Amino acid sequence: MSEPLWRTGRWSDEHVELFVGNLLRWGVIIAAAVTVVGGALFLSLHGGRIADYHVFHGQPDALKSVSDVVANALRFQPEAVIQLGLLLLIATPIARVALSLLAFVKQHDRTYIVVTAIVLGLLLYSLTGAGA
Amino acid sequence: MPRQDRYALVPPPVAAAGGWSPDQLSYAFHDIVSSMSVLAMTGLVAIGSFAAGMLGALTGLGGGMIIVPMLTLVFGVDIRYAIGASLISVIATSSGAAAAYVREGYTNIRIGMFLEVATTLGALGGAYIAGLISTSAIAVIFSLVLAYSAYRSFQPREEHSIDGPPDKWATRLRMDGTYPTAEGMQPYTVHAVPTGFSLMFLAGILSGLLGIGSGAVKVLAMDQAMRLPFKVSTTTSNFMIGVTAAASAGVYLHRGYIDPVLAFPVMLGVLAGALTGARVLAGAKVRALRTIFTVVIVFLAVEMAYKGLRGGI
Repeated sequence: MSEPLWRTGRWSDEHVELFVGNLLRWGVIIAAAVTVVGGALFLSLHGGRIADYHVFHGQPDALKSVSDVVANALRFQPEAVIQLGLLLLIATPIARVALSLLAFVKQHDRTYIVVTAIVLGLLLYSLTGAGA
Repeated sequence: MPRQDRYALVPPPVAAAGGWSPDQLSYAFHDIVSSMSVLAMTGLVAIGSFAAGMLGALTGLGGGMIIVPMLTLVFGVDIRYAIGASLISVIATSSGAAAAYVREGYTNIRIGMFLEVATTLGALGGAYIAGLISTSAIAVIFSLVLAYSAYRSFQPREEHSIDGPPDKWATRLRMDGTYPTAEGMQPYTVHAVPTGFSLMFLAGILSGLLGIGSGAVKVLAMDQAMRLPFKVSTTTSNFMIGVTAAASAGVYLHRGYIDPVLAFPVMLGVLAGALTGARVLAGAKVRALRTIFTVVIVFLAVEMAYKGLRGGI
């Protein structure tokens, strides 16, 4: 792995892709680790309950928005900790798009700045407000 | 509703009485799983997801294709929870595989990003449609896509000639690139951008509606229409699958379709399975595996369509 981008100042496609590779790897590892912690916590407390996914109830509000999930995860509410891990996972491809946007900005590639901004906008719209 | 109710004891569904029916098997499972503890269910779902992830990687169909039928038909999970969990696993597989692919430098980020406009729009649309139509309709559409994917997986994937005049859109959007081959870096040109873009919109809708990666449609768009070299289309499609799934995952989260306790063994199982599958891919008899997997998929497609039409899902 080469030097971090901001230190070398080189934003060629190859450098960005190398950085992206590490970003994705660590994103997935951290997300998996957080869900494992939350999952272990939940199962140790409630593992003996009867599983019921046959009837759809929907999730409580505490697990339905990014801010509520983060707030409840910080209180070590087990399901919120798992949900935080899942949100970190959802964030990995979004971070990849954001980094691509930064790279296109550095390359002064106007067409792809617009294209990437549209994609990033749609992703953030979905994560923050859509369907609410 | 109070939190505790979600894990309350529920009476097992009544098994189909008399005579054989295609869903008798899954009713027998329902009897078992409806009295199962969360701990036992988590373990079994993780094992099943591991197998699904591994088969998905070995056959190139993706784990999402088998997660939804497994959860609904075998574990009796509501299809909305199943789709939410599947979407999460699709993102995990995509990011996990991309971390490995990225070093090889085949992904064409420009093609991927341009087509992402279509897939993310489609995914948002698909996720909205999922909230409007019945779960039975979703099950029937799922079974059709499942059958199509199985059919596609048996079609030989032909490498098209990669020279010839490029599409004017491809030139304007500077999509043409190079990729490494045995003879060094090989240039390629991109064709039929509007067709590829339209197919990607469809792939996005299916992804958002069914919680799958829509790999079969993406490959169709990039191999057949745009005529990209395999190495480029495979890695670029993988990148797009994660972004597309993330676009609908947000909508599903706000709707309350993503159950953390169900999603986490699915995500970890599929991820571990996909990574294992990718590692053994070189030595495996892929053709034999694909045959087995296709038989399984056809069976699942028929059962899903049957239960969807009968209103059992």
